[in-house]
Amino acid sequence: MIPLTRRCGLAAGLAAVTAVGLTACGSGDQEVAGEPEAPAEPVSLTMTVWTADEGQLAMFQSIADAYVAENPDLVAEVSFEAIPFEDYTTSLTTRLAGGNAPDLAWILESYAPEFVQSGALVDVGPTLQAADGYDYDDLLDSSLSLWQQDDGLFAYPFSNSPFAMFVNTDQIEAAGQPSPADLVAADEWTYEAAREIAAATAEESGKQGLVVRDFEYQVWENLSTIWEGWGAAPWSEDGTQCTFTDPEMVEAMTWIHDATFVDGALPGPGTTADFFAGDAAMTITQISRASSLDESFGWDVVPLPAGPEGRQNVIGQAGIGVFAQAENPDVAADFLAWFTNPENAEQLAANFPPPRESLLTSEVLGAANPLLSEEQLQAVVVEGIQDAVTKPAHPSFARLQEAVRIELDSLWSADADVEQVLGDVCTAIDPVLAD
Amino acid sequence: MSTPLATAEPRQRTLRRRGSATRRDHLVGYAMIAPQVLGAVAFVLVPLIAVAWYSLHEWNVLANTFVFAGADNYDRMLSDPALRDSLMASLVFSIGLVVLNVSLALLLAVLLNQKLPGTTTFRTFFFSPVVVSLVAWTIVWSFLLQDDGGINGFLASLGVEGPNWLRNEGTAMLAVIVVQVFKNVGLNMILFLAALQSVPEEIQEAARIDGAGAWRRFRSIVLPLISPTILLVSILTIVGSLEVFAQIAVLTGGGPGNSTTVLVYFLYQQAFRFNDFGYASAISVLLFVIVLALTLIQWQTRKRWVFDEV
Repeated sequence: MIPLTRRCGLAAGLAAVTAVGLTACGSGDQEVAGEPEAPAEPVSLTMTVWTADEGQLAMFQSIADAYVAENPDLVAEVSFEAIPFEDYTTSLTTRLAGGNAPDLAWILESYAPEFVQSGALVDVGPTLQAADGYDYDDLLDSSLSLWQQDDGLFAYPFSNSPFAMFVNTDQIEAAGQPSPADLVAADEWTYEAAREIAAATAEESGKQGLVVRDFEYQVWENLSTIWEGWGAAPWSEDGTQCTFTDPEMVEAMTWIHDATFVDGALPGPGTTADFFAGDAAMTITQISRASSLDESFGWDVVPLPAGPEGRQNVIGQAGIGVFAQAENPDVAADFLAWFTNPENAEQLAANFPPPRESLLTSEVLGAANPLLSEEQLQAVVVEGIQDAVTKPAHPSFARLQEAVRIELDSLWSADADVEQVLGDVCTAIDPVLAD
Repeated sequence: MSTPLATAEPRQRTLRRRGSATRRDHLVGYAMIAPQVLGAVAFVLVPLIAVAWYSLHEWNVLANTFVFAGADNYDRMLSDPALRDSLMASLVFSIGLVVLNVSLALLLAVLLNQKLPGTTTFRTFFFSPVVVSLVAWTIVWSFLLQDDGGINGFLASLGVEGPNWLRNEGTAMLAVIVVQVFKNVGLNMILFLAALQSVPEEIQEAARIDGAGAWRRFRSIVLPLISPTILLVSILTIVGSLEVFAQIAVLTGGGPGNSTTVLVYFLYQQAFRFNDFGYASAISVLLFVIVLALTLIQWQTRKRWVFDEV
């Protein structure tokens, strides 16, 4: 293997006229963002995001415009480029392949280790620590850990959105089932209880019971919200050993399989059901989805149920990273420090629970979430972030996602042998984990 | 003496003029084809060379590394079981699509070539999917084919319990093939219709007088006369079948298992999901060689089965 530096010129020349250009070649050394020097002309920054919500984009733009006004010598404009969530990471890496990296980008937690370890991002830790009034120590260590490597911080986890259970109280009441909120109060809110309510309500309403949102028998990592209650995980903490065959995982997956194919508590493969359109009694999804609720049915939001190992809070994270490949990483890191300073983090908290301890109060979050009561915010968001685990992540996540998906497809039939399928999953992913 | 000279001079002038006119004609000719040639070089030839070059490298866009790897990617192809599965899926898809598409298109063309009332309406009906957006068409079918979708609803009304078309390994590929056949059969049907209408009526008339039945006339007169179109349609359909992507991405995502992960979808996963552009480029080269080989084989063997080339 010869590191190709001279040959890069030829490749880039060839690629210049192709659809997929290659403009940057080099090694994966990690860089640290430094103090921004005033450029000859103010630069333009771009941040890719996966939200297309006009209100959110307008808020980002107002924060950015204030930065431009404060730093006219550094930056001429900051633009936010929305990419659909489904194709987000693919589109981002395609831009990188074309030598057209954005200055900053949102990064999904599952891909965090891959981005952090690759050297694609610069270390923004020193810039954030040195920023005036940033209060770096206010950031929760548990939120930062996924984005850190060798004392460096390679993205700022701007969103820490807990998974919760949304319930359609109208449907549950009509089926004569106990209210999940009452079960939470009585400390009897378990997956077994949720399964019984879901199955009985689905039978009564003719609709669906419990939907794990966005799972759709493809995005299996969303099942982690359930199996964490069994203390199960897809691979060991260091990411080298498959743990799909561990007893906790076998038990959890058997529960999911039977709840689907024996009780009909979860919709089967190929069935689409949108909780927010009134198609299901309950759904497990992130609290940020609360904005999809309206007055068309009675609803409540409660914490995730407890499994045999108790209740485990699960959060989905998103980070903002600065690309080393882009033209102005120092200016971009400086903008990131502005975008996420305490004042702006409080604004962003309206939609994205911040990693700042001082802002994780039901008062701050309640001011921005009129739909949710202070009790709901306290129980689901404030307490939901404490000791939470994130969804599965790995440096080779894309390969693992596909390999596990292929094997798990055999699990989604009534007569599947759960243990055997999970054994096949480990056989398939062991070589990737060992890589 | 002066006369020949006098006649020679204008002739030479004419020749010179003709020479310069020819050069000018050449220049005009080159100018005319220049946009096409430049386009082909920029968008076909250079990318082809670039992909071959990339295929000799290990290129990870995320890590921003581009390392010469020699034939490593090609060695990996030989021992990659996922690639073998994907080639098999492509083979099944191509055979299914070509057989179903060409035979259905020919059948429809023969039926709609009759002088009966309403044929124009039916021609429009069968051709209309060709002009519909591929993704929109496929999304509609994904709703129809889901477990509680329109097709199973219709079957249930007949008392038949339909399978979970897109989630069942036995039916997923069939469903994808049928969706693709309905999308494009109209185009092939129009090509066949044009060919059928160019078959001279008098030859058929003569055969009819000689006592040939409808099937005999079709087999011995019509089929040989439309064989160039059958060649064209077959080449287009086979090459098109190897390029299928959107239907797989929308309908099955390559599943269940990897039963519908055809070559182009596999290539896409390697490049854009796993960030392994070097290996994906090597697979592109393989795809190019396969398409080239199939086209050459069909072209070379055409004399054995094409009656008359247009």
